[in-house]
Amino acid sequence: MGKRIGIEVSIAAADAIAMANVDVVAAYPITPQTHIVEHLAELVAEGELDAEFVPVESEHSAMSVACGSSAAGARTFTCTSSQGLALMNEIVFIAASMKLPIVMILANRSLSGPISIWNDHSDVMSVRDCGWIQVFVENGQEVFDHVMFAFKVAENKKVSLPVIINMDGFALTHMIEPIEYWEQEEVNQYLPDFEPVSRLHPDKPISMGAFGMPNNFTEVKKAQDQALRDSKPEIIKAWKELAELKGKEYKPVETYQTEDAEIVFMAMGSFNETLSLAIDEMREAGQKVGLVKIRLWRPFPLDEIEEAVKGVKQVIVIDRAISFGGPGGPVASEIRSALYGQENAPGITNYICGLAGRDVTIKDFIKIYEESKAKLHDRVRQDEYIIYGVRE
Amino acid sequence: MKEGRNDFKRGEKLGKISAEPTWKDLGTGFIVDDPGNSKEYKTGDWRSSRPVVDKSKCISCGVCYIFCPDMAIVKTEDGFFEADLYYCKGCGICAHECFTQCITMVAEEE
Repeated sequence: MGKRIGIEVSIAAADAIAMANVDVVAAYPITPQTHIVEHLAELVAEGELDAEFVPVESEHSAMSVACGSSAAGARTFTCTSSQGLALMNEIVFIAASMKLPIVMILANRSLSGPISIWNDHSDVMSVRDCGWIQVFVENGQEVFDHVMFAFKVAENKKVSLPVIINMDGFALTHMIEPIEYWEQEEVNQYLPDFEPVSRLHPDKPISMGAFGMPNNFTEVKKAQDQALRDSKPEIIKAWKELAELKGKEYKPVETYQTEDAEIVFMAMGSFNETLSLAIDEMREAGQKVGLVKIRLWRPFPLDEIEEAVKGVKQVIVIDRAISFGGPGGPVASEIRSALYGQENAPGITNYICGLAGRDVTIKDFIKIYEESKAKLHDRVRQDEYIIYGVRE
Repeated sequence: MKEGRNDFKRGEKLGKISAEPTWKDLGTGFIVDDPGNSKEYKTGDWRSSRPVVDKSKCISCGVCYIFCPDMAIVKTEDGFFEADLYYCKGCGICAHECFTQCITMVAEEE
């Protein structure tokens, strides 16, 4: 057992990255990610972490440096939020297509404008199709555990893909939580040394990021899509190994109180903590309600979601981003698409809430449940969504 | 000046590039593990006009060789310079730069 201490989640995340013995950190500070990279810079400056900290001039450069160092065979970490992710967007896609196992923590924050430093999921939804493995965590312990998990999966030779850990800005980054640090021996046992599938080295020259002619491009993209899909069993394996070591098993889709549930909430990230408490309260009041938490966003866990909602009459999908002019929130659109045509598929209602850090409390979730339940026997249109709490 | 490139057997490995690999045949991340294979690629296909040298006006200065952006001009055994039509894209920079205007761009149709 490692020691359990009360600590700011960002500091614990940085300590986890240091314990993972990262070689290169390239990052530009942006709220609410700042404390993570600040602490890493301190660890390097004080000689506690033997790594290169590259204080780049922009996020575009941060991801470019990350690509270069990963291609050279260095364990590489970067970290950003919102506008920073938007600025590095071009290289985010390239990192995945070159299959570079970079790990990035995305401290989720809304995209401008108007300018907002607070938390929602509009940043990550803008790179939904970037080709990275994308996971969501709901508390500080999960952040710590997923740093080790992310490097293990990314660098697995059968995977060799970059990983985004989505961690809600402020709701997680700036909270002080009880976190059990791993022992260094546990980290060493779980996370082997990085041996890249291919690397830039003068002894065996290769070219990365080559031109793709129309003749080959489709095949290259199919191979990339398949590689991301094929990473799922390795992701599950890495979570199983983590469970053997630490006793807590993470899954692509996790459920709470769904056994006899008629209605389930479906959400990602720190909202699941609040939702668990809301479920407890509603259960006490005799409601048959449960919670389905999506941990793995990419590759999309279709089978696990189907399994989780089997026998359920209604799914309330919580989105924390708007797909402007779209058929619903980004998560709800995918869930509707995934369940369309399934026998006895549940009805789906979609609530967009918690934009730019607006509080959504237990009471709010209970209200959403009551509203949604009233529509249990209605036919809800596929493109219907409600922006919860908006002042009319 | 290197003259070795003309010795390269054109299309020797071309089969590997122009063949139609399935997605399963492609390596991790579309990495090229055969450095320098771009010389197998025939850019001469792009050309709509080709440089023709009037040797009677040529002073063998090599300015065409220096300015060619694709290094497609080679020195011949008799000391003159000529375009390697396997690579020459027909941009016309050599004709533009030539001191004696001995290079004429001739449309490929003619």
